[in-house]
Amino acid sequence: MKREILNARRLLCPMPVIRTQDKIKQMQPEQLLEVQCTDPGVMQDIPAWCRISGHQVLETWRGDHEYFILIKVGG
Amino acid sequence: MAQQRKAVALISGGLDSMLAAKTIMEQGIHVEGINFFTGFCVEGHTHAIRDKDKAKPKRNNALWVAEQLGIKLHIVDVIEEYKKVLINPKHGYGAYLNPCLDCKIFMVNKAKQWIVENGFDFIITGEVMGQRPMSQRRSTMPIVAKQSGADDLLLRPLCAKNLPATLPEREGWVDREKLHDITGRSRKPQMAMAEQFGIDDYSQPAGGCCFLVDKNYSAKLLDLWQAQGKRDYEFDDVMLLKVGRHIRPAANFKLIVAREEGEGRFLQGYQKEFISLLASSHNGPLVLLDGEPSAEDLFLAASITARFGQGREADWVQVGITFPDGAERNVTVKPLSKDDIPKDWYL
Repeated sequence: MKREILNARRLLCPMPVIRTQDKIKQMQPEQLLEVQCTDPGVMQDIPAWCRISGHQVLETWRGDHEYFILIKVGG
Repeated sequence: MAQQRKAVALISGGLDSMLAAKTIMEQGIHVEGINFFTGFCVEGHTHAIRDKDKAKPKRNNALWVAEQLGIKLHIVDVIEEYKKVLINPKHGYGAYLNPCLDCKIFMVNKAKQWIVENGFDFIITGEVMGQRPMSQRRSTMPIVAKQSGADDLLLRPLCAKNLPATLPEREGWVDREKLHDITGRSRKPQMAMAEQFGIDDYSQPAGGCCFLVDKNYSAKLLDLWQAQGKRDYEFDDVMLLKVGRHIRPAANFKLIVAREEGEGRFLQGYQKEFISLLASSHNGPLVLLDGEPSAEDLFLAASITARFGQGREADWVQVGITFPDGAERNVTVKPLSKDDIPKDWYL
């Protein structure tokens, strides 16, 4: 399924969470969002935000000082 | 069937707001959290930047509290709007550049707007009478309620019994008898309540959760305002004041010296906006130069850059200077000694 991309590089928490929250507000249930970040704190914060907001983290992975989270938008 | 009432709780990530929300949830009210990000929140930023803190957990306490409570949390970016609060606070500053009373009024006002837009009934805060010298005093609590526009829709569950009954109490949405009468700076009542609720892990930030109550941070912000000749800032300014050693050798420029690799990586992101300096003959930190230096100033900046690298004891160090447009220069300088840098250059 096609995924939307959110570039949250260089942003420090909680800004990537805020950007994710605002982006998901514009999306439909079941859509996929890939969030791309450089703050390692997102690996904790975005999954926590997803858990309390009813969205599902499908996958997380990391590159060279970069962090990626794939989210499936909840209903 | 009675209407399900809904409250929004200002969640800072500390214990008090957690207990306030829990107290109201226990009464069957639907509670959601709201957290305002001003840019000055201590949460996350510095330990996200600095390598030395990488071993510590990086949880955002507001999110963590919301998860413990099982409630939604709405994080709201108020960076731009907050400028007018900080730059010109009606009620003045606290010990440093902390406009605590205006800040509380601002946040409760934003929460009031939020409940109107989202169909909620009232607002909860974790305020405790007498706990904070500026914003949580008997005399200032009514000011917050009135000037925020929240009036009697603002309920402070931890000290409600010391205050006139609010609308949620008068209407019977919440039982006033089950609210609390905590006063003062002692944390014992809150700790006892936490134990009662089975809460054994909570954040207790020393000195609060805001950089503006920090003496050194406030001094750097004041220096920024003096250097630019006006009380204003951009979000990047707020971030950069949290990072590195700040050294001002002259009114027309200052240096931001990375203290370790994590800060260096963070400062790299600003190399297209600032002149940057980096020793090429020895290992050393990335340094950003903020201001408009003369050619002579650049040599001084390079000597300071050399001072903080592994060539500090060498006779000469080569320093590369990169300009925002990508132009580069290399200079050879003698590193300044520790005593060559007056203490009052350090911000």
